[in-house]
Amino acid sequence: MRRKIIEFLLVLACYILQCTFFKAISLGGIVPNLIVMLTAAFGFMHGQKEGMYVGMVGGLLIDIMFGNGLIGLNALIYIFVGYTNGLFSRIFFPEDIKLPVFLIMISDFLYGFAYYVLTFLLRSRLDFGFYLMKVIIPEIVYTAVVTLILYKPVLAIETWLEEREDMEN
Amino acid sequence: MARLHLKRKKFEIPDRYVLLILSGVCVLLMLITYFTNVISRPLSTFASYVVVPFENGLNKVGSAFETRISELQSLKDVVSQNEALQEQVDQLKIENNQLAEDRYELSELRSLYGLSDQFSEYETVGARVIGKDPGNWFSVFLIDKGTDDGLAVDMNVISGSGLVGIITEVGPNWATVRSCIDDASNVSGMVLSSSDTLMVNGSLKLMESGEISFSQLSDESDKVGVGDEIVTSNISNKYLPGLTIGYISSIDTDANNLTKSGTLTPAVDFRHINIVLVIKNLKQTK
Repeated sequence: MRRKIIEFLLVLACYILQCTFFKAISLGGIVPNLIVMLTAAFGFMHGQKEGMYVGMVGGLLIDIMFGNGLIGLNALIYIFVGYTNGLFSRIFFPEDIKLPVFLIMISDFLYGFAYYVLTFLLRSRLDFGFYLMKVIIPEIVYTAVVTLILYKPVLAIETWLEEREDMEN
Repeated sequence: MARLHLKRKKFEIPDRYVLLILSGVCVLLMLITYFTNVISRPLSTFASYVVVPFENGLNKVGSAFETRISELQSLKDVVSQNEALQEQVDQLKIENNQLAEDRYELSELRSLYGLSDQFSEYETVGARVIGKDPGNWFSVFLIDKGTDDGLAVDMNVISGSGLVGIITEVGPNWATVRSCIDDASNVSGMVLSSSDTLMVNGSLKLMESGEISFSQLSDESDKVGVGDEIVTSNISNKYLPGLTIGYISSIDTDANNLTKSGTLTPAVDFRHINIVLVIKNLKQTK
């Protein structure tokens, strides 16, 4: 329960930061995707279930306010992001930062691609190259940079949570 | 990280079934919210307690931060702008005098015709922008007024100089506004001078250049040109008539030789919207 509450608060904090602070300091109108970062991070740090939980909470937060009357689309994409990253929890070592950054970048790409297909391609916006260069790749780069800064704090929270759980068991 | 769930691991649903269940829940939610609005009320109330207070507070911090940066940047420009603006002021003063005369004449003529002064009758309420779409695909933003202040879906949002967008979702103390530069936005407009109708479509592709596109302009007499003012048309079913959208910046004849399309520069500076006005009159009264 403690884990769930802390994860919820983390997602909420990231969501709010992304809507306000990061929008104010956006580079070329692009903001990093902190929700995908958290979803992927909890996926590969603690397995599929946590990834899916974090993804669902983050996706629903986005959908409630910015889903344009369609709640569940972002949540669905983020659940798959969390699940897929959970598969890598077996080869994850906290000391190594390369795999996390790589996984988060791939996740962000997959999220961007899925979101493009579902919300742009279906409205016959066919020029994928443009959206790839102008939205998806800048977002990946920016997210990777922010991951380098925020990965340590998130890992510290996860380690603390695991220590508490191990003590209780 | 070694995880020893040996004691608890007696009964746990396998991960792939959880994935299946959660995906099913999401699809169900999508279907429910697409066809009805049964669950949107409790969810939007939830958001108004959990998210909006934080966004309100953080927005103040963020905008203070932003203002500091732009203050430093703009100081240089201000001096040179001042001279140019002074010239413009003189010019506008002359123009204003003319317009004042015209208005006097217009009001007299109107009273003769018995027309009501339709634009000044709108009831508006001011709102502050407190957040923006967390993604990079759409131009939707959040304002700090909602149903408590009498707002509802489909109300038009303007800023001092023209149309900003339309309310798409509303909660007790928040509402989301789809701006007219958003990729999914379609506004029925008309050319002010000739009353030819057209469609104004927002576009992510043009967003960087700060423009929006228009299409389906049928201009048989070939009178519409660059610089013409586009306003919302009177045949739109959601937008009130006569709100300025922008000015034509380029115009081309389509391949079918019947209609024209091009781009227009919006009247509102969408990068720096902080305060907007919501018109509480709806186009359609149910």
